[in-house]
Amino acid sequence: MRTGLALLCAVLALASLALGPVDLAALWARDPELARNLFIELRLPRTGLALLIGAGLGASGAAAQALFRNPLASPDVLGPSSGAALGAVLAGYFLGAGVIGMAIGGLAGAGLSLLLLLALAGRGAGATRLVLAGVAVSMLLGVAINLALSLAPSPFALYDLMFWLMGSLNDRSLPQLALAAPLILIGIVLLLRAAPALDTLALGEEVAQSLGVGLSAVQARVVLAIALATGAGVAVAGSIGFIGLIVPHLVRPFVRHRPGAAIAPSALAGAALLSAADIAVRLLPAALDLRLGVLTALIGAPFFLCLIMGRR
Amino acid sequence: MLEAIDLARPPMLAPTSLTLHPGQLTGVIGPNGAGKTTLLKALAGLSRGPGTVRLDGHPFLPHPQRLAWLPASRDAVWPIPAAALVQLGLGPAAAPDPAAVSAALSACDAMALAHRPVAQLSTGERARVLLARAIVGRPAWLLLDEPIANLDPGHRLDVMALLASETARGAGVVLALHDLDLARRCDRLLLIVSGAVIADGPPHMVLDTDQLGRVFGVQHGPDGWVRCSRFDH
Repeated sequence: MRTGLALLCAVLALASLALGPVDLAALWARDPELARNLFIELRLPRTGLALLIGAGLGASGAAAQALFRNPLASPDVLGPSSGAALGAVLAGYFLGAGVIGMAIGGLAGAGLSLLLLLALAGRGAGATRLVLAGVAVSMLLGVAINLALSLAPSPFALYDLMFWLMGSLNDRSLPQLALAAPLILIGIVLLLRAAPALDTLALGEEVAQSLGVGLSAVQARVVLAIALATGAGVAVAGSIGFIGLIVPHLVRPFVRHRPGAAIAPSALAGAALLSAADIAVRLLPAALDLRLGVLTALIGAPFFLCLIMGRR
Repeated sequence: MLEAIDLARPPMLAPTSLTLHPGQLTGVIGPNGAGKTTLLKALAGLSRGPGTVRLDGHPFLPHPQRLAWLPASRDAVWPIPAAALVQLGLGPAAAPDPAAVSAALSACDAMALAHRPVAQLSTGERARVLLARAIVGRPAWLLLDEPIANLDPGHRLDVMALLASETARGAGVVLALHDLDLARRCDRLLLIVSGAVIADGPPHMVLDTDQLGRVFGVQHGPDGWVRCSRFDH
């Protein structure tokens, strides 16, 4: 399955590179320099970010569900995505709406929300206390985002930030890719290395401990990795919901429902899904101006509903 | 040799010192809430508190081949096929060992369930699969919290025979149980009341006294076990 998903990612990446308002091949004939710049400065970062952010969200979702032993968990419940959004909004106010400034603010916000989460949950907290602390942090940060928006210095700033929060990969640049890529990749690698321990956690926390899993160490590592992988994504692209929630469910039947083994294919499937959604956003009529985060939520929310109905 | 030295988990377990021997089937009996699970979990190194546990003279460190813990809960979150679940009992990142998995499933009469998702099994079937998970790594110690609680009479006898065969290969088996008839098959019984071990010895010494009437409020009559007041004796 991994090979198939990797192939799918490659095809979607090529499509994403080829697709855009300007026909690059035609432009190449007229102005090779401009075509090259367009490709490197716009198409490449957009494609790379779609793949990386999707992979980070997919892997984080699978890891969150494995860690909390709950198929309805998603990386958002821990708070780093909200922290990143708040940090980016505040940076937008105080440093001007420069994209790099907002990205750095977002990273700082994700990091601070992680510290807040760990302080609230306390040392050696069980999964239940961790998820409760995460929900509390997310709600607090959500309210803070709303407060920040309502204190917007001007209607234009409010409008810009609202749109930014909806999540998009429009006009992202190479520096943004360079900022987010290493952090997301480190997060994904940490999650992949935690996969065997997360598989064992399917037997329950006590049994996993009796089999030699260092529970607090695994929890700390996984929470840090989720904060890196999702926080860095939100910091450059805004909030993109539901990918982390739904992708693990699509993938798990193919790995015999082992929650840790689902992390690697979830990363690939997340990359494919977000790339496909980003291509779909570009193919839709421009007048519709449907944001990427809105589209993933439009797909994700009904799926979430089906999931709950199926469990009734 | 599994030694507990002044092991205590207030308020559930009073300071207890015990030496458990490999090759023995040790039963832990006692009323609900007496502290059987607390004692087993403390022995398995799964709770923190006063006292120490030593395994063959060394401080205890968890490892799949050293000690297996089977909790009383039969919950299963993920619909993992039984065989894949049993494989997890070999430890994180252990190489797949289909032969060991099959042997463990067969020993628990669960071979027919190998490909069924555990979340869809009945509680008793799941109990057998989870027991297979506990024995698959052939650990030196098996600490089992009510392994026969959800089983039908035939499978209860099977599991007691299986545990006896585990002791025959040299494993030390400690199990909490409520079936006083099957408790007779143990080599040694610990009777726990209000967090303290009040009797420790071969089954006939622990069971054939009026102690049981005082502790459980039951006595053995011509029609089997009957309820009696705890203060009749």
